Amino acid sequence: MALNPPPSAEVDPNAVISIRGLTKSFGDLDVLRGVDLDVQKAENVVVLGRSGSGKSVLIKIVVGLLVQDAGDVTVFGQHVHQLKRKDLDGMRRRVGFSFQHSALYDSMNVEQNLEFPLRMNTKGLSQGEVHDRIRDALEAVGLAGSLKQMPSELSGGQRKRIGIARTLILRPEIMLYDEPTAGLDPITSGEINDLINQVQENYHTSSIIITHDLTCARHTGDRVAMLLDGRVLRIGSFDDVFDTDDPRIKSFHDYNFTRRDSP
Amino acid sequence: METITPTAAEASAPKPRRTSVITPGVDAFAIGMSDGASFLKRFFVESLWRPFHVREIIKQCYEVGYRSLPLITLTGFVTGIVFTKQSRPSLAAFGATSWLPSLITIALIRSLAPLVTALICAGKVGSNIGAELGSMKVTEQIEAMEVSAINPFKYLVVTRTIATTLMVPTLMLYCSFVGMAGSYLNVHGKEGTSLAKFLKAGFANISFLDVESSVTKSFVFGFTIGIISCYKGYNATSGTQGVGKAANASVVMSMFVIFIEEMLIVQIINWIRNW
Ligand SMILES: Nc1ncnc2c1ncn2[C@@H]1O[C@H](COP(=O)(O)OP(=O)(O)OP(=O)(O)O)[C@@H](O)[C@H]1O
Ligand SMILES: [Mg+2]
Repeated sequence: MALNPPPSAEVDPNAVISIRGLTKSFGDLDVLRGVDLDVQKAENVVVLGRSGSGKSVLIKIVVGLLVQDAGDVTVFGQHVHQLKRKDLDGMRRRVGFSFQHSALYDSMNVEQNLEFPLRMNTKGLSQGEVHDRIRDALEAVGLAGSLKQMPSELSGGQRKRIGIARTLILRPEIMLYDEPTAGLDPITSGEINDLINQVQENYHTSSIIITHDLTCARHTGDRVAMLLDGRVLRIGSFDDVFDTDDPRIKSFHDYNFTRRDSP
Repeated sequence: METITPTAAEASAPKPRRTSVITPGVDAFAIGMSDGASFLKRFFVESLWRPFHVREIIKQCYEVGYRSLPLITLTGFVTGIVFTKQSRPSLAAFGATSWLPSLITIALIRSLAPLVTALICAGKVGSNIGAELGSMKVTEQIEAMEVSAINPFKYLVVTRTIATTLMVPTLMLYCSFVGMAGSYLNVHGKEGTSLAKFLKAGFANISFLDVESSVTKSFVFGFTIGIISCYKGYNATSGTQGVGKAANASVVMSMFVIFIEEMLIVQIINWIRNW
């Protein structure tokens, strides 16, 4: 395991997601400066980094919501930024994206939030099948009873779960979680961590989990990548990554385990 | 386990600074114009292809109509009454109060109803669309649609713009009707004119071109309100402040453009009339 990818090498043909030499700037702000990262089949990769280090930008580039300045991203062996609209949509149907702030459609109730992407992406489902898929997805996140609630009536943790259920309903092969535990209490965070692991087990998904919560990283990550100064500074198992004298990584570790933060 | 260190050259390579072409203000205006133009172009391209989201269009039509109906009823009615009252003394000076119905009908259909309807819809519907799409933008709901392989431009922008384009002319006709009702009540009360006589006098001097051009004008106004409000909402910048700004800018810009269009269209119609 614990190996550094050689910087900007060839795309790994076996990886589900392969990122090479990715750079992205906004105006004069260089956010990503050459990120290399691979995600293998059925693997959970955690990306750790401070606020503003470009974690969200990274996974938005993976699904083509943002376009990189340089470098290459392949998902299922396809170069994302070269895909035509139709093929991009095809790729996106196989990728679930859980947003940092859940991004539930707030004019729709929970049931409609799940039904909307399902109806738009699958033709000819009967009413019964739709109900079954919605019930299955809600049961998977442990919220079968909240069909008729509006997003505004849900707690932060519930919103996160519904957001995950909304992506599970399309049966994705890849899950991208943006800060799944940010702003949640330790117990709810623990439940979300378990949920992420369950999803990986039951649906055999490969995942990128973005976080700055080390408890989450330790529980969900098969591998952990440390994003610093716009690059993957270290990658490997949780313990390997933090077995270092680099003060920047040490302080990240100490800060997390001496004080709980949730910006 | 090794730590990757950036080479010194890579880390310290200076980035070229961006400078403006003319002045920052002029640049921003030019960029805004070209953004707007490509948004407009995208509307025409995307509205041609399936899916058409017919149910969503109908829902939005209902929303537009339902939201503005009470206000249009009130404003149309009051406009009818007040305009009649104010015009009476001038006509009475020539002993021509019998011309009131004709004058009111011409004023309402040619000019007042389209403008009143468009301005009310710009305020009511425009701010609503701007705020709704703006908040969807800043809470990443638009991106959420996109990653679910749903085209948010089609689902949000095209449906709403079609809805306002269809509903503003409809509301304009309704506004003329209510305005004439208000005027009739006033004329009936003062001069005792019967409804049949009022209508006969009213429509005596109205041509098909008058109604036609008002409907066309309203289509243009409706489209303007829809596309501008969607543009402002769709391009809202982050934060709750951005939502307020988007709603506000939708109204201000819609009204501004509506007045410019009114002026141009009146010129064109007069030119057709004299031709
Ligand atoms: N669309 C955008 N336009 C301009 N700047 C942006 C955009 N998206 C992100 N940025 C900037 O890029 C930087 C990284 O943002 P990003 O959201 O990826 O951070 P993050 O690592 O996810 O932080 P957090 O933990 O707070 O979510 C920030 O400084 C942000 O201001
Ligand atoms: Mg983020």
